[in-house]
Amino acid sequence: MTELGIPIPHAPGFIANKTPRIVTSRFDYEDSFTIERYEETGGYQGLRTALSKTPEAVHGEVRDASLLGRGGAGFPAGVKWGFCPPGVWPRYLVVNGDESEPGTYKDRLLMELDPHQLIEGCLIACYAIGLSQCFLYVRGEMAVAQERIAQALNEAYAAGYIGKNILGTELSVDIVLHWGAGAYVVGEETALIESLEGNRGMPRLKPPYFPASIGLYGQPTIVNNVETLSNLPWILSNGSEAFKAIGTETSPGTRMVAVSGHVKRPGVYEIVNGTTTFRDLIYGETMCGGIRNDAALKAFVPGGGSAPWFTADQLDLPFEASQVGPEGSMLGSGAIMVMDETTDIPAAALTLTKFYAHESCGKCVPCREGGTWLEQIMRRVVNGSGTKRDLDLLIEVGETICPGDFPHASNKEKGLSAVPFPYKMTTICFVGPSAFAPVHSALTLFREEFEAKVAGNSDRNYVEVTINA
Amino acid sequence: MTFFTEENLELAHEIIGRYPKQRSAMIPLLHLAQEQSGWVTEEAMKQIGVLVGTSSAEVLGTCSFYEMFKRHEVGKYVVNICTTMSCALLGAEELLEHAETRLGIKAGSTTSDGLFTLEGAECQAACTEAPCLQVNYRHQYRVTPSDFDQLIDELADPNNEETPRHGVLAQIRQHIPVERSVGAVHPDLVNVPPVWIEEKKEANS
Repeated sequence: MTELGIPIPHAPGFIANKTPRIVTSRFDYEDSFTIERYEETGGYQGLRTALSKTPEAVHGEVRDASLLGRGGAGFPAGVKWGFCPPGVWPRYLVVNGDESEPGTYKDRLLMELDPHQLIEGCLIACYAIGLSQCFLYVRGEMAVAQERIAQALNEAYAAGYIGKNILGTELSVDIVLHWGAGAYVVGEETALIESLEGNRGMPRLKPPYFPASIGLYGQPTIVNNVETLSNLPWILSNGSEAFKAIGTETSPGTRMVAVSGHVKRPGVYEIVNGTTTFRDLIYGETMCGGIRNDAALKAFVPGGGSAPWFTADQLDLPFEASQVGPEGSMLGSGAIMVMDETTDIPAAALTLTKFYAHESCGKCVPCREGGTWLEQIMRRVVNGSGTKRDLDLLIEVGETICPGDFPHASNKEKGLSAVPFPYKMTTICFVGPSAFAPVHSALTLFREEFEAKVAGNSDRNYVEVTINA
Repeated sequence: MTFFTEENLELAHEIIGRYPKQRSAMIPLLHLAQEQSGWVTEEAMKQIGVLVGTSSAEVLGTCSFYEMFKRHEVGKYVVNICTTMSCALLGAEELLEHAETRLGIKAGSTTSDGLFTLEGAECQAACTEAPCLQVNYRHQYRVTPSDFDQLIDELADPNNEETPRHGVLAQIRQHIPVERSVGAVHPDLVNVPPVWIEEKKEANS
């Protein structure tokens, strides 16, 4: 067994811990991705258990486990499955392996180190709700994950786990590996479907139609995240009760979290959901071990680049959506980026804003234009040529993307009270608001740093224009 | 008109056959074209249009949306240095500057010997291993300037075969054996539940 808090050499970034390990249980083995190792360590038993039950019973088991989607939105997977309209066939499964949210690093590990677990999860989902074909969409920039999954699929086909009459039963499902080609927005489920249909990866307007009713080729389609599906073999083998015994009632099980930035031991950890706090993660002896050089914590991003920022005031919040939401942010995709006291906050915010401006697909004007303007204004503020007026302009531009109060954390020192998550938005998907989130957080929590950057620059070139109707 | 080699054409038909609608094979075929010639040529897009039953303009529409498809010649090795937050906090900008100096080019261009294309890239899902970079979409972790110099020296060695040239993505392909394949069916041709669902319903009634 691997020592606690020590990185595993062949699992880049993963650090073993004493928490129950549901999805990372095989990461200790150097050959974790082979079918031999998988079968030796209880692999495909969850599928066998599933096949011994009725599809409705399997669906019921997953619903009872209250497995929350691990992609970002955190919607219960079993409930999502239930949204397929009855009597409409065929139905498809699309696996979202397009992990590209800034700070997020977990799905790639699951695909590279335990591809059979993911495949087994796909098969269980297909059996439970009658999905006749599965498309495994892997991000384009992950050559190794594509190779590992291709190898695993070939092995599983040969061993009779995929294809016609799986394990001698009526279940017949093909799993097709599909590579992406580099577009962040494709991580959004409707954009993923567009991409899979061979189109530009632009999101579809929803509501009225969610993919579960009208998705791939206009058919009912379930889009699940890699980590979500990787939990299914364990749930089927051990039962939903055992799953719910870990974590809290509203956030059961474990989840994978990547902590990056200014910590002593950045890494990917499997943590108990619902009870582990940000302080445990960032300061825990067997986890990140504190801030580098024992410096003070300035701020951290709690749930991927799209999430509004937290400061030390929020360290004791647990990994529980119902507590993080009212505090002004989200858990998102399990990505924490930590900034210590030496961080240049406006420059750090710019690295995220430029990401979203670059990744805007261009479908919605507020995101396409607003994101670009946010980046340009931020750039001139960061390089010292901005003016005080620019700081207000940032908020003005942001409000065209997200009208009304933007969520932010409370701050005792500044007398700020929290504005709860989520925000209102004028765009179809979350890319637009995500460009504004880092700007708004940084400006709200650290306005003095922005003011220092623009101090002394004259506003005289700005002319107020008023239009008389 | 014939861009694909005979071998790749066969592969293209195999890929198209996996999808209920052939247009879905567009991105996989663009990858195949890029693998064959290192970038996506006009001839390739024309033939892909014919193969999936659409116009070459539609293929261009899809192709131009995605970052990985290059519509002009690029270096043998495309070096993408991540500049998003986690990497930026730990020195990505300095690394990119060092890379520009070492290779003598600005990010976004190719060295005159055609070996290296340098790009400032966005998050590569290796955030705990910052700063990171990819060479032809294969990761290098916690890269220092001296690591970078060593990497460039290794890649510049003509005997280096460890990293495949740009265009070659995964070196292992999925092959669905004919005898095990369920086969893709156009959605309009199916309106009944799959057998394992139907069977249970009959058993219940």
